[in-house]
Amino acid sequence: MKRKKVWKTKSSVADKIFVVCNTIFLTAFVVVTLYPVINTVALSFNDGIDAVRGGIHILPRIFTLQNYRTVLHQQNIITGAYISVLRTVIGTILALATNALLAYVVSRKRFIFRSQLSLFWVITMYVNGGMIPTLILYRNMGLTNSFWVYVIPGMIGAFNMLVMRTYMEGLPEGLEESAQIDGAGDFRIFASIISPLCKPVYATVALFVAVGQWNSWFDAMLYNRMASEYTTLQYELMKLLSSVMQQGGSANPGSSTAVAAVTPVTVRAAATVVTMLPIICLYPFLQRYFVTGMTIGSVKE
Amino acid sequence: MKAKRISWKEIKRQKFLVICTVCFVIYGIIFYYIPLGGWIMAFQNYKSRDGFFGSEFVGLAKFKFLFSDSTFLRVIRNTLAMGVLNLVSTFFMAILFAILLNEVRLAIGKKFVQTVSYLPHFLSWIIVTGILHDALSSSGIVNELLIKCGILSGPINFFAHKGYFWPIVAFANVWKETGWNAIVYLAAITSIDPSLYEAATIDGAGRWAKIKNITLPGIKPTIMILLIMNIGNVLNAGFEVQYLLGNGLVKSVADTIDIYTLTWGVGQNDYSLGTAAGIFKSVVAIILIVAANQFAKKSGESRLF
Repeated sequence: MKRKKVWKTKSSVADKIFVVCNTIFLTAFVVVTLYPVINTVALSFNDGIDAVRGGIHILPRIFTLQNYRTVLHQQNIITGAYISVLRTVIGTILALATNALLAYVVSRKRFIFRSQLSLFWVITMYVNGGMIPTLILYRNMGLTNSFWVYVIPGMIGAFNMLVMRTYMEGLPEGLEESAQIDGAGDFRIFASIISPLCKPVYATVALFVAVGQWNSWFDAMLYNRMASEYTTLQYELMKLLSSVMQQGGSANPGSSTAVAAVTPVTVRAAATVVTMLPIICLYPFLQRYFVTGMTIGSVKE
Repeated sequence: MKAKRISWKEIKRQKFLVICTVCFVIYGIIFYYIPLGGWIMAFQNYKSRDGFFGSEFVGLAKFKFLFSDSTFLRVIRNTLAMGVLNLVSTFFMAILFAILLNEVRLAIGKKFVQTVSYLPHFLSWIIVTGILHDALSSSGIVNELLIKCGILSGPINFFAHKGYFWPIVAFANVWKETGWNAIVYLAAITSIDPSLYEAATIDGAGRWAKIKNITLPGIKPTIMILLIMNIGNVLNAGFEVQYLLGNGLVKSVADTIDIYTLTWGVGQNDYSLGTAAGIFKSVVAIILIVAANQFAKKSGESRLF
């Protein structure tokens, strides 16, 4: 992406028009992407009753922190945030360790069951049992209404494994051979030779898994609906928002009896900001990892 | 080092790798292959208390019911229509965005636009649909702008009209994924030989001609590979957005196969019917992948397997 442009064009009229149109297009793109996010932040700092009047764009009109106080005093949000952090941390560590080990095993060229093991996992990318058999399996295993349903079932995934495998296969084979001659076993080679070299791809996969864990809500709804102690932040946010969305579709919003029960738009905005805050904060630091990850991921198989 | 023949001596020598393999296979069987065994429920009248072995076997009755159910047929139509619409619009926008971004000469501007462009990918669908809902609400920015420009006389409720639902879902996907999907194309454009552009410049080609004759053909293999990979996902492309944005008024155009499975399988506890709908989806997905792959093979393009 940083290729230096060595050619120079004498800007013809057509080129100038192109540049102008391109600039307009990309500016519009940035505005459309950023505006809704900024607008949500502005709403979250605005007084609730004032916001109903509308017309708040990128700055709050009557500044207040009340919305955040309301959100952070709700027990279900606190529990959700705690579980979300916990599942992100534990889920990422477990997924990283197991996928890395699997990728190591599959990338050993001398390994006798290499192609069989690889095929076994690639198949899982294309066929799966579907929602209902999976639900019944988890129920029978006692994984529903438990924290572990967030981290154990999705732990090993063929896609993450393939990304790491591709990276490991690109490492020079001589490293492993010389370690073997020095008498290092497979676990030693994995832990102290291969893993330190794989830091960039580990970071990428960890990022994918962590974002996935943080953003996931459907598992909380499907498996832990009855266990409010294992609710997640996203699921709580979904409950807040869906009450409004269902109402938004009714033909005559004014007559809806649910209006009083609906959370004010500013409180919803505050909950949204709380939920996306970790991602926005970490985003600038993580950028370089996911770009490498995407390019490795696209040459899988 | 080529893999050696399977013998006890080799297994012993590679015992760490073999032990790991056994663990991974057990894990895979439990979480990926046993649910496949659950497909048998689709051919039974499954009752929880009777289990897999005690439930009454009904053959293809559940599938017959599915295909005579007008709701299910409508749900297939919705899933396919939204899947194709999403696929086409996200593909088109990602390629367009990558090519246009690549034409930006100012390095800081390019970096800034790209950084902004991936941000929505990392937000959950809950947040994206929430934001979109606010933007399209009667007091939201879209209505406000349309009224100010004189296109509308009063606010319209976008979520109450069936005609708007598919475009809204497609827009949500474009908004969330354009920047992210463009990463691969930008990488592909970078690997095009710069001397091709130089030669074209000497021959007097303008920007447009260069895009058409060098950039697009250069990223064609990438486009094909991604297209094949995504065609299998056409039926998967519809769950979260539809579930989160759908409501009673647009139900007939919003419900997808997954929502049908959820309503029947989880809501009504008809596990057999839910499983049958899931099987239908899986089978169609596999057919689509294989067909796309064959097509790519025939037309001489790079393919997946």
